[in-house]
Amino acid sequence: MDFTTFLIQCLNALQYGLLLFLVASGLTLIFGIMGVINLAHGSFYMIGAYMAYALAPIVGSTFGGGFFATLAVGLVLAVLLGYVLEWAFFSFLYERDHLQQVLMTYGLILVFEELRSLLVGDDVHGVQAPDFLAGTLPLGELMTYPVYRLFISGVCLVLALAMYFVFTRTRLGMMIRAGSTNREMVQSLGIDIKFLYRVVFAAGVAIAVFAGMIAAPVSSVYPGMGNTVLIICFVVVVIGGIGSIRGALLAALLIGVVDTFGKVLLPQASGVLVYVLMALILLWKPDGLFKAG
Amino acid sequence: MMSPSRRTLISTAIATLALSALSTLPALAQGLPKLKVGLMLPYTGTYAALGNAIENGFRLHVAEQGGKLGGREVEYVKVDDESDPSKATDNVNKLVKRDNVDVLVGSVHSGVAMAMAKVAKDTGTILIVPNAGADAVTGAMCAPNIFRSSFSNWQPGYAMGEVVAKKGHKKVVTITWKYAAGDESVKGFKESFEKGGGTVVKELNLPFPNVEFQALLTEIAAAKPDAVFTFFAGGGAVKFVKDYAAAGLKKTIPLYGSGFLTDGTLDAQGADANGLFTALHYADSLNTPRDNAFRLAYAKTYKLQPDVYAVQGYDAAQMLGIGMAAVKGDISKKAEFSAAVEKAKIDSPRGAFTLSKAHNPVQDFYLRQVGDKENKLVSIASKALADPARGCKM
Repeated sequence: MDFTTFLIQCLNALQYGLLLFLVASGLTLIFGIMGVINLAHGSFYMIGAYMAYALAPIVGSTFGGGFFATLAVGLVLAVLLGYVLEWAFFSFLYERDHLQQVLMTYGLILVFEELRSLLVGDDVHGVQAPDFLAGTLPLGELMTYPVYRLFISGVCLVLALAMYFVFTRTRLGMMIRAGSTNREMVQSLGIDIKFLYRVVFAAGVAIAVFAGMIAAPVSSVYPGMGNTVLIICFVVVVIGGIGSIRGALLAALLIGVVDTFGKVLLPQASGVLVYVLMALILLWKPDGLFKAG
Repeated sequence: MMSPSRRTLISTAIATLALSALSTLPALAQGLPKLKVGLMLPYTGTYAALGNAIENGFRLHVAEQGGKLGGREVEYVKVDDESDPSKATDNVNKLVKRDNVDVLVGSVHSGVAMAMAKVAKDTGTILIVPNAGADAVTGAMCAPNIFRSSFSNWQPGYAMGEVVAKKGHKKVVTITWKYAAGDESVKGFKESFEKGGGTVVKELNLPFPNVEFQALLTEIAAAKPDAVFTFFAGGGAVKFVKDYAAAGLKKTIPLYGSGFLTDGTLDAQGADANGLFTALHYADSLNTPRDNAFRLAYAKTYKLQPDVYAVQGYDAAQMLGIGMAAVKGDISKKAEFSAAVEKAKIDSPRGAFTLSKAHNPVQDFYLRQVGDKENKLVSIASKALADPARGCKM
């Protein structure tokens, strides 16, 4: 591998790592901070991608269209969805053990997949990147790099910073973190923890949907797409340390590097390298890179 | 003492029984019982659209024969195999042992089809595979009662290797998922391409169903080959074609693929697929009278355009019909059934084909080019191409 190729591969690794963080960030909130094992995270991501595909023409005819308008409508719907789901299902689960959370969220996967099949069908779809981001940048003389991928990386960094700021530097973040440690105590201090959690859950769903919408132009939209990202999302959250946003970002970048260079240098083992990384890190630090709190 | 209500109940029951006995009489008088066809196809998940197309094609042919094959009315028993190999053996055993089907038809996923082939081989039930391309189905697993109406993974790869060599490309990089269909396809390509004087300089692959191609695209750019050969299908095919174009490689290094790269995916791939060459046993614009008639009938019945999967389902029904006609509906005469299908020339919309000794289609492979959201016929890439059926002892 010559030096230019090496640099491009580093860019690939960084870019893939940031994309992973984007996809896993909703899970960081719901699983990491709220402590609910949410297998339906992949479904929320899938819903986002299908929204990017199906909403664009509808938004186009009612609001005149545009990438950001579609994104905004999708986000509003996602917050509503998250709010209703929390009210109807998840609010009963905080006190239950993990097995019941797994069963219910697994059920949700099946429901969402079937609904997707009924409403949109089973075909594969593509989503166009907005025109002003559709170009490519030349990268050496070898290849070009899509601008949209760089845009995703930017969005991801902004999202990571915003989440980090809210959770570690604001009063709201403090209440949420306190709630995850001791629900009753927070409640007895006069904080409406039920409502607070409903909002955090809705935010978690909204971020997952947002990730799906943003990633749709580079990932394409197809049945079962949620299940393919689910495992890697859990890996990101677990390596990073459950509940740590800093950790999740670092973990995502590490996985990006290992996966990219693994594919190039050790192609026979590329399927397992990420899991080897996880095993090694957990042997070294059983709580992940950064333990919350 | 019997209460009146109880008495009426009993008499009604007797009357009902008598009536139902009467109503079954005509059926018995007709002689031949219904032919039970076990359709084991994916109706949910990634391959659901393919399963439906196969069933539509199958039913279309049966309907054209007046709902009967070999004089027996056809009855369907459907199982959703979910493309899940771990459930396949149970599913197929249920069809054979509980539902007592006469024929098995399925499936799309190669792992599931292998499980079906194993059960078919053990029980002697006739199996027609309408898609799954695993070489072994008509290779090491071959049996007198196992047939395939589609292709072997080796075939489209081999056909494309001939084309790429003839175009004068010398150095080629291949890229695919590390699983049976990808490996077998690349093997077929390599065999004919290297026979034609070229060399495969690098074989790239990534675990199924991983779709993060960027690192490998960079490898392709750095290797600077004359051309790239690829096998991807479904969502992975869409993403690969789009990423290949976005990386700027489409302009400098021509991309060739097995036909599944651009089948059922063209809408999603958009302009990025324009001009791509692929090889398959079917194309959108064959424009033969046989294909036109088929396409018209299919479109009228289902309000949908047929695809290669519908053709394969249609031909599976044709093969079953030929065998059934030869044994006059008595499917227990397996040797005669097989002999008839082996000898037959199947009048497929793709072009007539015969079966190899191992029961895989000996068929023309078409070179197609994408244009106007269609896989347009360019030429015949490989005429009457037969799978070598390696490992088949029959």
